[in-house]
Amino acid sequence: MAEDNGTPGSGQPLAVLGAGVMGSGIAALAIGHGVAVSLIDVDRARLATAAARIDHHVRTAQLLGASPAADAPGELVTGLSPDGLLTGAGAVPAAVIEAVTEDADAKAKALADAAALVPPGTPIISNTSSIPIDELARAVPRPADLIGTHFMNPPYLISTVEVIRGTHTAEATLAAVRALLTGLRREPIVVQDAPGFVTSRILHPMINDAVRVVAAGTASVPSVDRLMQGCLGHPTGPLRTADLIGLDNLVDSLWVLHRRTGDEGCRPCDLLLDMVKAGRLGRKSGRGFYDYEGEQA
Amino acid sequence: MTTSSDRTAPDAVQTDLVQFLTRRTGKDWTADDDVFGSGGLSSLHAMELVVHLERTFGVSIRGGDLQKENFRTVQRMSELVERLQTAGDGGTGA
Ligand SMILES: NC(=O)c1ccc[n+]([C@@H]2O[C@H](COP(=O)([O-])OP(=O)(O)OC[C@H]3O[C@@H](n4cnc5c(N)ncnc54)[C@H](O)[C@@H]3O)[C@@H](O)[C@H]2O)c1
Repeated sequence: MAEDNGTPGSGQPLAVLGAGVMGSGIAALAIGHGVAVSLIDVDRARLATAAARIDHHVRTAQLLGASPAADAPGELVTGLSPDGLLTGAGAVPAAVIEAVTEDADAKAKALADAAALVPPGTPIISNTSSIPIDELARAVPRPADLIGTHFMNPPYLISTVEVIRGTHTAEATLAAVRALLTGLRREPIVVQDAPGFVTSRILHPMINDAVRVVAAGTASVPSVDRLMQGCLGHPTGPLRTADLIGLDNLVDSLWVLHRRTGDEGCRPCDLLLDMVKAGRLGRKSGRGFYDYEGEQA
Repeated sequence: MTTSSDRTAPDAVQTDLVQFLTRRTGKDWTADDDVFGSGGLSSLHAMELVVHLERTFGVSIRGGDLQKENFRTVQRMSELVERLQTAGDGGTGA
């Protein structure tokens, strides 16, 4: 039963910082499992469309049999700042999940602001793709409460979650996050802290190479994806995956990896940089390596 | 129960859906082909069908109707639209 696992049924909401691709996806995962969400984004326009995007995600999950709470979805409240949303009767969150832009300073600020408002012992979770948790720990008042979860996109359909334990992460924080994820029917895989952890450290330079192959004229975009799918069992192909991630986010993450590992394979290639400059960000902007016109991101 | 001008003839629904799928996938479709089979839509895009049906036929597809099986063929989708449009007329909302 969900009640045995903590948050679902406990009545406490989950606080989600950032209403972008991942924040709205994580919110949809929780809401589809009957957990209330307090969603915060500094961008008014983003926030204005959040409810509709989340509803679309929740229905997608239902359609694909990935969401159980068709009759009792969690409630959504949104706000431009955590003040007020994370305090007061019924508002104290079971955990805070940060999914803001992949920028160490932006994350440090968002994490510190939220941590200052919630009781000690509340897990403060960063959904960073690649920034080491120990680096973010310097920004928060209680590093023992800080931990990483690296949900894959879309979080409401992918059932495995990489969980990153920082040097200072408390046993109780890890246990609470395991319970939270199990309650949302996700399977946590706990790994140690490092730039890009496991999945981004392997996937992001691989996607970068796939883009280089296309830029070199070796093969077309669909050919690269078809080969990686058909021959190597990759579920979507690296370039379609890049579109799903968002090319801007991918570039940010590659820079994080490049700066911290010195691996030249992580330096975002020119074609990727050009596409971001031209606003071709992938699925969320309607166009990336493929066209998504008429589709809702 | 009254009949309503909002209701779309099942044939028209099917014609529209076949056109939608052909545009979307670049291959020909019949009313009984498996939409999610080879050359069809990936499951990840199943919601596009929901959005298309809602926009085109003025229905709202929610709760228990959100099942992949209801969208597996053009035939089943047209049955769903007919059922929802009829329920809308009757005002039962079921
Ligand atoms: N896109 C993916 O596939 C993916 C997968 C796993 C992890 N991630 C990680 O998740 C995080 C979010 O990525 P995304 O793709 O959703 O990015 P996004 O650009 O779609 O959304 C980020 C959102 O954060 C908001 N924001 C910025 N500063 C904020 C603050 N201080 N408080 C509240 N909101 C703030 C922005 O306005 C924006 O709406 C990043 O760390 C990213 O690396 C992304």
